[in-house]
Amino acid sequence: MKIIVLIKQVPDTTDVKIDPVTNTLKREGVESIINPFDAYAIEEAVRTKERMAEKGKGAEVVAVSMGPPQAEAALREAVSLGCDKGILISDRKFAGSDTWATSYTLSRAISKLGDYKIIFCGKQASDGDTAQVGPGVSMHLDIPQVTYVKKIEKFDESGATVERMTEEGYDIIETPFPVVLTVVKEINEPRLPSLKGKMKAKKAEIAVWTAGDLGCDDDKIGLDGSPTRVVKIFTPPPREGGQVIEGEPIDVAKKLAELLKEVLIG
Amino acid sequence: MDYLLTEEQQMIRDLCHQVAEEKIKPVAAKYDESDDFPWDIVKIMSESDIFGVFIPEEYGGMGGGVLAMAIAAEELSWGCGGIALAFAATGLGTFPLLLYGNDEQKKKYLPDIAAGKKLAAFALTEAEAGSDAGSIKTTAKKDGDHYILNGTKQWITNGGEAEIYTVVAITDKTKGARGASAFIVEKGTPGLSFGKKEDKMGIRGSATREVIFNDCRVPKENLLGREGLGFIVAMKTFDYSRPGVAAQAVGIAQRALDEAVNYAHERKQFGQPISSFQGIQFMLADMAIQVEAARALIYSAARMIDAGKKDIAKVSAISKTFASDVAMKVTTDAVQVFGGYGYMREYPVEKLMRDAKITQIYEGTNQIQRGVIASALIKENLGKKR
Repeated sequence: MKIIVLIKQVPDTTDVKIDPVTNTLKREGVESIINPFDAYAIEEAVRTKERMAEKGKGAEVVAVSMGPPQAEAALREAVSLGCDKGILISDRKFAGSDTWATSYTLSRAISKLGDYKIIFCGKQASDGDTAQVGPGVSMHLDIPQVTYVKKIEKFDESGATVERMTEEGYDIIETPFPVVLTVVKEINEPRLPSLKGKMKAKKAEIAVWTAGDLGCDDDKIGLDGSPTRVVKIFTPPPREGGQVIEGEPIDVAKKLAELLKEVLIG
Repeated sequence: MDYLLTEEQQMIRDLCHQVAEEKIKPVAAKYDESDDFPWDIVKIMSESDIFGVFIPEEYGGMGGGVLAMAIAAEELSWGCGGIALAFAATGLGTFPLLLYGNDEQKKKYLPDIAAGKKLAAFALTEAEAGSDAGSIKTTAKKDGDHYILNGTKQWITNGGEAEIYTVVAITDKTKGARGASAFIVEKGTPGLSFGKKEDKMGIRGSATREVIFNDCRVPKENLLGREGLGFIVAMKTFDYSRPGVAAQAVGIAQRALDEAVNYAHERKQFGQPISSFQGIQFMLADMAIQVEAARALIYSAARMIDAGKKDIAKVSAISKTFASDVAMKVTTDAVQVFGGYGYMREYPVEKLMRDAKITQIYEGTNQIQRGVIASALIKENLGKKR
């Protein structure tokens, strides 16, 4: 039985800078990290495995990432954090994949792995911020999904009861397995890596699966398989400072009322 | 300075620093104030496998020896010299087992220590036997398959919190220094209890407590080595553990230096950062020189010990003395760089100064260390052919 975690390697946005001329991220010298939301997904996958072990059930946590060869480092880190193994989905043919093509490709890898109960994802990646890949994977696999999960209340052989965070509170949702769960940071506090985990990660063999290995249809992957077209990327203009109205309260109120009328009624 | 650490040693250093930075540093002031035992941090350290770094692989550790212990102790102490003691004092309590335990004893106790499931403590000092360890009064009387221990140990780090105590007691009063023996005593053994918990100047958040034996029956299998080896066990243990104290001192000193450099850069007087003044610059430079020299000395001593060289007492004492004196000097200077703010509890450096002081005192005062060093020098000189 497998628990799968989908992770993405992203630039460490805590020190990212934008090139003012091209409006693109300056990637040189920027460290790559595991997408912060995926760290919660890894932790929850490992905890779920531990909870299963307490019930006498064995499970294997497999971290899967699609990306360039250097994304192997993210998978090694996942192993150091408690995942049993890592699989890198990497092929030049995947270049230019949008969220549709990416979730298709990942779903192929998950099908190849087989025997899965839960697929954990972070709620979104800190670079693209789409929050589409997790749901996309569930659709390609034709299995249920619960997004913004903040707690796994309980689970048994056939399904789980989870809490989905909403703006007002949370929903309690029962879902059968297999299921895709995308998690929010409220779900746990990720542990630090362990020395034994790091040693294991250093020695771990990270399998690399190509488009051929996954039996992907060529017209469903990479740029050709991506219906999204990026027309333009731009930085929104910075917000202008507000207007300060000064004077006697009665005059200020009048002025404010006039301004609001202009904005609201025109 | 690059000490050409192995990949494994770098891993230990980086992970311990991460624990210190992310988990220990934020709670150090809280534990300094409350003086509670930091079980939440101990849990994190054990989950990260830190307790096993110096324990051989066959007993569940990483086999990193004294150098790994020093690297870990330094980084954890950078976060908090008190909290780090849960680890470092476990090291002190474990060395008697590592050095003199038989395979059965090692198999029984080391895996749990390596996994961080059980802390250890070393119990030698008594009210009237500090530097003069020869005057200990705690007795161990043979009674069939057991030894019966009676007496009170004082200032035992991890006392009450540890599960495994290595204890030195007198088995034969008539034999003087050769009449002491070392035992393993488990918490929960009837007759073992804990007394007063000390209220200390520094290294708060570490437990310093009386360990009391009242007709405490210990199975004879718990004797370390053989009868009469007690003092040799103690002295050898200190040879191995002192680089750990030295490393604790350097960790505290490095933190003081980091805080001072950072503050000197931020603090403006006369319209400029105080780091632009030569008076401050020279202080910072001197602090850095001392910290680096101390670290280099510790790593060299630790490597020598791990390589199985003989006559390690001198280098071990040199590293402990130098590093702890450095820590006192550097933390005092850090307070000076901070000026009035440095004297305030709200800022971190006065704590560093309080924490540093103990490193000149415990595991043998620096005066006793100088005695060890001097007698080694004299012995070496006598041995020279003329």
